[in-house]
Amino acid sequence: MTAPVNPKKLIKGGLHDWEVVIGMEIHAQVTSRSKLFSGASTEFGAEPNDHVSLVDAAMPGMLPVINEECVAQAVRTGLGLKARINHRSVFDRKNYFYPDLPQGYQISQFKDPIVGEGEVLVDLADGESITVGIERLHLEQDAGKSLHDQNPTQSFVDLNRSGVALMEIVSRPDLRSSEEARAYVTKLRTILRYLGTCDGDMEKGSLRADVNVSVRKPGDPLGTRCEIKNVNSIRFIGQAIEVEARRQIAIIEDGGTISQETRLFDPARAETRSMRSKEEAHDYRYFPDPDLLPLEFDQAYVDALAEGLPELPDAKKARLMSEYGLDSYSANVMIADRAFSDFYERVLKGPDGKLTTVAPKRDAKIAANWVINEFFGRLNKDGLDLSQAPVEPEQLGAILDLLGENVISGKIAKELFDIVWSEGGDPREIVKSRSMNQVNDTDAIEAAVDEIIAKNPDKVQQAKEKPTLLGWFVGQTMKATGGKANPAAVNALLKAKLGIE
Amino acid sequence: MSVDATTVRRIAHLARIAVSDEEVAPLQGELNAILAFVEQLSEVDVDGVEPMTSVTPMAMKKRADVVTDGGHARDIVFNAPETEDHYFLVPKVVE
Amino acid sequence: MTHLNELTLAEARDGLKAGDFSATELVKAHLSAIEAARGLNAYLLETPERALQMAGVADAKIASGEARPLEGLPLGVKDLFCTHGVATTAGSKILEGFQPHYESAVTHNLWRDGAVMLGKLNLDEFAMGSSNETSAYGDVVSPWRRAGSDTKLVPGGSSGGSAAAVAAHLCLGATATDTGGSIRQPAAFTGTVGIKPTYGRCSRWGTVAYASSLDQAGPIARTVRDCAILLGSMAGADSRDTTCADLPVPDFEAAVARGVKGLTIGIPKEYRVEGMSAEIQALWDKGAAMLKDAGATIREISLPHTRYALPAYYIVAPAEASSNLARYDGVRYGLRVPGKDIAGMYENTRAAGFGREVKRRIMIGTYVLSAGYYDAYYVRAQKIRTLIKRDFEEAYASGIDAILTPATPSAAFGIGEKGSGDPVEMYLQDVFTITVNMAGLPGISVPAGLDAQGLPLGLQLIGRPFDEETLFAAAQVIETAAGRTKLPAAWWA
Ligand SMILES: [Mg+2]
Ligand SMILES: [Zn+2]
Repeated sequence: MTAPVNPKKLIKGGLHDWEVVIGMEIHAQVTSRSKLFSGASTEFGAEPNDHVSLVDAAMPGMLPVINEECVAQAVRTGLGLKARINHRSVFDRKNYFYPDLPQGYQISQFKDPIVGEGEVLVDLADGESITVGIERLHLEQDAGKSLHDQNPTQSFVDLNRSGVALMEIVSRPDLRSSEEARAYVTKLRTILRYLGTCDGDMEKGSLRADVNVSVRKPGDPLGTRCEIKNVNSIRFIGQAIEVEARRQIAIIEDGGTISQETRLFDPARAETRSMRSKEEAHDYRYFPDPDLLPLEFDQAYVDALAEGLPELPDAKKARLMSEYGLDSYSANVMIADRAFSDFYERVLKGPDGKLTTVAPKRDAKIAANWVINEFFGRLNKDGLDLSQAPVEPEQLGAILDLLGENVISGKIAKELFDIVWSEGGDPREIVKSRSMNQVNDTDAIEAAVDEIIAKNPDKVQQAKEKPTLLGWFVGQTMKATGGKANPAAVNALLKAKLGIE
Repeated sequence: MSVDATTVRRIAHLARIAVSDEEVAPLQGELNAILAFVEQLSEVDVDGVEPMTSVTPMAMKKRADVVTDGGHARDIVFNAPETEDHYFLVPKVVE
Repeated sequence: MTHLNELTLAEARDGLKAGDFSATELVKAHLSAIEAARGLNAYLLETPERALQMAGVADAKIASGEARPLEGLPLGVKDLFCTHGVATTAGSKILEGFQPHYESAVTHNLWRDGAVMLGKLNLDEFAMGSSNETSAYGDVVSPWRRAGSDTKLVPGGSSGGSAAAVAAHLCLGATATDTGGSIRQPAAFTGTVGIKPTYGRCSRWGTVAYASSLDQAGPIARTVRDCAILLGSMAGADSRDTTCADLPVPDFEAAVARGVKGLTIGIPKEYRVEGMSAEIQALWDKGAAMLKDAGATIREISLPHTRYALPAYYIVAPAEASSNLARYDGVRYGLRVPGKDIAGMYENTRAAGFGREVKRRIMIGTYVLSAGYYDAYYVRAQKIRTLIKRDFEEAYASGIDAILTPATPSAAFGIGEKGSGDPVEMYLQDVFTITVNMAGLPGISVPAGLDAQGLPLGLQLIGRPFDEETLFAAAQVIETAAGRTKLPAAWWA
């Protein structure tokens, strides 16, 4: 909140510039087989009310029993957010009536959440990075689903989601632009996916954001905020913030005031609108759930979970930069998905995770360029996921080896990559069977050079005065050798024969 | 502390219980009798006392993460006043 | 000759084992007694076919030498316990027609051990009451009458149907629940024995919740031994209830004969409440003398926060209830009354479905949890609960083994006599029993004599957590010394 105002991030109003202040509450579905307090499945897409236990349907006399894996997942996430883990937390009831809330209360954590303050480091596109404070993370139950379009007078209620474990991750109002907000959610999702604590699938509702937006003149105290509920894509988060900030600026510049309310983002109309049904003053009457004892564990439990954590994006980025000399941009691309950097490191190291001993050490930067530009580029172009890629890291590694051994040139390597991509196969075999290997034989190259020199005496003469003509000779030689001649050797020979230094 | 008629109506609405005009005054009287009765708690010195969270000191039992329930939608909606295709039906909810 | 339904549970068990009669005969004796006693309104639902079917199974088991601990013993079930395929109402209109597809842990345990279900017993609506006058299905009439009077008396509540049925020989024993005295007060009113075990001794799974942190199931029966037998079956660990203790169930029946020699019994001076009748005081002194005669040491103790238990209860219990009863909304089961929209449907359903006392408690609970009042009421009450529990812990730490108090401030009163104007008048019924729930301790009520009008009076013994055994031992001493209460003749039949 006290970070210096960055003028680039201000929004131009009609009268002056405005700073937008954003905080987020992310609801992330915990990856678990069964629900937070019942043994019903969390699997998506079941028949109505089929993944519902008596507990989820709030039958009389039913009691919640906590799923230990959900607790572990929350602690893992807390560790991933470098947050304080609370050894004692309490489940509270949040009381309100809604047809998709069968108990008449949501079991959540109000006063004493399982995870306290933490932070997320977010890299922005321009190379700048910001630290977003995490206020807390707590466990809570998801609600069921009401369908409103089946019938003109009635809503249909399906409780399959009712009781599924959610982590509510609350950020501090540390974000200052829609871009920062998008980057924050992207980064948070990456961390959750690395940890395996949430699949981050926004289309299935595994990750939803409540976005708190306010605007102020730079240096002023915080303005009144509006909460945009349940935004379910990163793109929409950005759009919702933009339109909401502009809406608020327009009102204030018109002499109006913002009233604190809950709003809904309508992507079709690119506007936010007030949720009148939620307007009614809420009084959730939180109190500790008497069906559940406090959740307590010791440091040894936390330590054991910490031990099992994978390498997280920030640490991985630092390692990729120091170990392989990658630049920040390349490292960021690699860490965006755990599978990206895994692929990259397998290209470098082979499937056993050890540096390959077959070939000379593969060049880490060249490998990164190939992975990012050729491989990811091709994936993108073909609209494929990494898991669908037709080229294995071992194949790409072999291509890089052939390149490094001067068996093929860079140009041929790209052709070879295309062949492997569309036809598969062992790159080394392909090079052999299709005689794609680079001509290193100086005699053969010399023969070609001599022939070109003999045929073009006038050019030879010119080249002596204008050494840039060397390029023409190189091109001719390459053409004559079908692109397979080693360019370094061609260069050296030509220079000697033409007397260019 | 005591409640007035407006508060009685507000609580009734929070609790989703319809109260008729005639019910408000008697309810107000009864609630105030109870509140007057519990008023004596304010004389107890509770400084530094932890509120009770569990009456028996024990660790909370936990479940293993296995699917042990579900697959009986018919039973789940069996007692419902109105259902269709294993959905519960309620008066239309407007967002 | 004694009718089979007038046997104690232990006698019936031994008679079945000896082949003196069959389980079917035993059940039939009860079914005809129940039929003749419909005027008492103790049973909300009779399940004779099921009872006879279960008795048939029992007879077969006995014949094949495979009898289980409670084989063939007919019991009544408070209609707060969900019973598979058998309507469960909690005494409320809002659960009209509700048929659970599951069996409560407690009743499951009883059927597992061979007991037979006779039917579902009346109760105060959602167990909220001390006289069984809040049931949506009518008052329960006590089998007791004042000498020379035919005024209808209350059996106490909320387990009024259970207590009346046991006293009137309409079952050998019954399940009951106790949130503030709902086992012990009706037991005292009807000359029966009732124990509320330690919180966590019985699973709450499948029992309709009133106030989760206070609710505990227990039996009502005609003797201390019968209660011990029943609790031994009802109790036990349950992974489905987080608050249920993972402790083995002791042999309660064996504890009955232990005696009290060498035990120190505390007499809390704060229970000598203002306006206590001389009769109750005399009963209390008599009980202390009985225990002393049997070898116990009697010592006065102090439980200074006693007087705050009742007001604190009337914050904690309604608060929990207001939330526990939010699920009765007309969507998934029970009553639905249409409204102009969803909120209207909720409000109409709950207005029509809940009775007056339940609404009152939901509203008080809603109020004390609401913004701005939570700390002043709920948090303060829970702090006072800590102090109440601490009082007991200090007494036990000083060497007290059990505590003796009266069970109720008076004998049973007439139907309609109390609480019509001021709800607090009725709440005072539980003044001696409620501390026990607030501290999660076990408490037993045992008949110790009759008042001047010939109505039973009970004494209460309070134990250390999970030490019900000492309570059975001490209660047996009182039962033996006072003589078993002669239950009323069947004027209703
Ligand atoms: Mg929120
Ligand atoms: Zn939430």
